[in-house]
Amino acid sequence: MTNAGDILLRVEHLTMRFGGLVAVDDLSFEARQGEITALIGPNGAGKTTVFNCITGFYKPSEGRIGLCHGDAAIWSELDALTESGKRGITRGDSGLYLLERMPDYLVTQNARVARTFQNIRLFPGMTLLENLLVAQHNALMVASGYTLFGIFGLPSYHRAERASVEKARDWLNRVGLIHRADDPAGDLPYGDQRRLEIARAMCTDPVLLCLDEPAAGLNPRESALLNELLMSIGNEHGISILLIEHDMSVVMEISDHVVVLDYGIKISDGAPEVVRNDPKVIAAYLGVPDHELEKAGAEIGR
Amino acid sequence: MATGVKSSAAQRIDTVAALRDAAITTLLAFGLFLPLIGFHTVTNIRNELELDTRWPLLFSIVAVVGVARLAYSFLLAPWLERIKLRPVATTTPAWRATFGKWFVPFCIGFVIVYPAIIIAATGFGGALKWVDNFGIQILIYVMLGWGLNIVVGLAGLLDLGYVAFYAVGAYAYALLAKEFGFSFWILLPLAGVMSSFWGILLGFPVLRLRGDYLAIVTLAFGEIIRIVLVNWVDVTNGYAGISGIPRPSFFGIPFNASDDGFAATFGLEFSPIYRTIFLYYLILALALLTAFVTVRLRRLPVGRAWEALREDEIACRSLGINTTHTKLTAFGMGAMFAGFAGSFFAARQGFISPESFTFLESATILAIVVLGGMGSQIGVAIAAIAMIGGTEIMRELEFLKHIFGESFDPTQYRMLLFGFAMVIIMVLRPRGLISSRAPSVFLKDPKPVPVDPVKQGHG
Ligand SMILES: Nc1ncnc2c1ncn2[C@@H]1O[C@H](COP(=O)(O)OP(=O)(O)OP(=O)(O)O)[C@@H](O)[C@H]1O
Ligand SMILES: [Mg+2]
Repeated sequence: MTNAGDILLRVEHLTMRFGGLVAVDDLSFEARQGEITALIGPNGAGKTTVFNCITGFYKPSEGRIGLCHGDAAIWSELDALTESGKRGITRGDSGLYLLERMPDYLVTQNARVARTFQNIRLFPGMTLLENLLVAQHNALMVASGYTLFGIFGLPSYHRAERASVEKARDWLNRVGLIHRADDPAGDLPYGDQRRLEIARAMCTDPVLLCLDEPAAGLNPRESALLNELLMSIGNEHGISILLIEHDMSVVMEISDHVVVLDYGIKISDGAPEVVRNDPKVIAAYLGVPDHELEKAGAEIGR
Repeated sequence: MATGVKSSAAQRIDTVAALRDAAITTLLAFGLFLPLIGFHTVTNIRNELELDTRWPLLFSIVAVVGVARLAYSFLLAPWLERIKLRPVATTTPAWRATFGKWFVPFCIGFVIVYPAIIIAATGFGGALKWVDNFGIQILIYVMLGWGLNIVVGLAGLLDLGYVAFYAVGAYAYALLAKEFGFSFWILLPLAGVMSSFWGILLGFPVLRLRGDYLAIVTLAFGEIIRIVLVNWVDVTNGYAGISGIPRPSFFGIPFNASDDGFAATFGLEFSPIYRTIFLYYLILALALLTAFVTVRLRRLPVGRAWEALREDEIACRSLGINTTHTKLTAFGMGAMFAGFAGSFFAARQGFISPESFTFLESATILAIVVLGGMGSQIGVAIAAIAMIGGTEIMRELEFLKHIFGESFDPTQYRMLLFGFAMVIIMVLRPRGLISSRAPSVFLKDPKPVPVDPVKQGHG
């Protein structure tokens, strides 16, 4: 049914303007099933804006963002769906969604795209476990009969809640935070918060996980742990990842496919080693201010 | 040793600074109170205004302010510093745990036997006042506080017009009971539904707004409802209010002196206390229902979503939570409890007018929630007892007249004392009386979580 290598996400002619500023200009790219796709570019290139468009936080000025669940054959209906004015269609187990038409919460709920934020957004006063349960809100809401069964304490709800706690426990184990399950999330050190945010996003059962600079501010050890986590999410769960990253070593190590943005325009697209040697990419990174020049040059030219 | 020397040096510098501080405060107080207290106008026999001065009062108040400032610098401020430096206990002592476990059952037990204790202590005649003014009155506010706590404390939506829903409940009961003769037990849920409906109706356009903007719109909504009540004379009878509202009966048996009244039916001597006691248990049951439902909801996905919404709305949306629906349920749920309380209020008073639903009511309820500690049920209950009980106690402080003279009316200083108490509590406990929340779910041990651990660190 789902085959690694099928197209999962298709961004076409995406343009986002803020007043006179064109943050993303006619961007098209594809992300494939089971792959890690990296979106890179200098500061202010428009990477976060692309994420916000994909996840419904911004409504793009122009363009189409299609996402496919299950069998890739359903892509053939993309144009018909666009004409129909609907948000998405399902055919048996497969589905096709137009993300630019959906409000943010439906992108997660129906199209199953989860995201994290560049500046971490946890629920700091709630415990780690609660953070992960909030992420399972929609499933639990149905199990609690939209609160009705829950308020009378029906056993079916208790079963569903126990299952959710199990799932949360599982993810806490995987990100190595199980011993802090009952502590407030705001008390965690920075690196742990990043991993918790990823675990929380994973608890929404996504098909596509969008991570906005997950390695920012991590020390080398934490960064290595993160790489491992991301690889395992991709391999074990078959979940595709869309990754924004500044750290070239991370990008080159784990991504299958790299898209490079500069001033909102795509300047390169391909396998990591191809992108690394692309003169336009090197030029874009050399165009950045002095203090980053050395670093970027060293990283790219390796 | 070294620290001792240093701190005594700091103390000496403090003295100069404190004296200067006190002098500035005294001057400020003098400037402020000179026109406010120093002068006042009196009307003489010929109906002319005359300027009068009150130097002794002015100087004594200014002196009190100066001394208070000194006391703050020398006593209170160092003490607060010491509290801040004190190491935070990492484990809760055993007695605290036992206390915590038994506190709530004890309180519930106490409020259940409260009327019996009062009657035993004061007899039937004296009990009326204590059950009515202290029992029922406080419980209404406890219930309102718990209702508003859902909106403000859990969902983090600042609602300054909560009293509007209380009014909707009260008028719904009053009008429907008078016009159609429906019984209290039918109208109670109906009033809740109506208030809830208005809550959701208001919520739809308003909930896109956040923080201050939401507060202003809800404030306006509260005023609109009150002004409609004042001006829609045909229905609401305007300022004159609605009187002769049917009283609730004991499952069909009225509380009156007639032959089929409550007292006669049960072979008791007639006394108004029976109705009061019945009303007491009624509002107690309603308040406990509110608390029970809130406790339950907190452990359900909706309740968790409310709290998540308070912490970070954008993160909620990224997790697939429909924030509009979530806010509306909080608004509707809070409004429903206000509607219950409102219909109870109308049934208890037998008379309602727009005067009972002014902004001051909203402010009082909000103050109860904020003082209690946002989100904490026990805190809210304690704050309601302190604030409403405090007001009532003021009426009892007749002896103060002996100190301050016959013209002294303690109830008039209520707001002053409230303001004062509020400032003190907010200085000592900026997050309310009870500033920790119990996690709604836990793996190992349910230790309370301090509210907002991140922000609190920055003071
Ligand atoms: N809501 C907004 N309103 C106006 N301008 C915006 C908005 N969001 C982003 N921009 C602008 O769009 C451009 C791209 O910003 P974006 O945050 O997408 O960059 P980025 O590639 O994520 O950069 P960084 O690496 O610093 O995170 C910037 O010039 C930014 O100022
Ligand atoms: Mg960014």
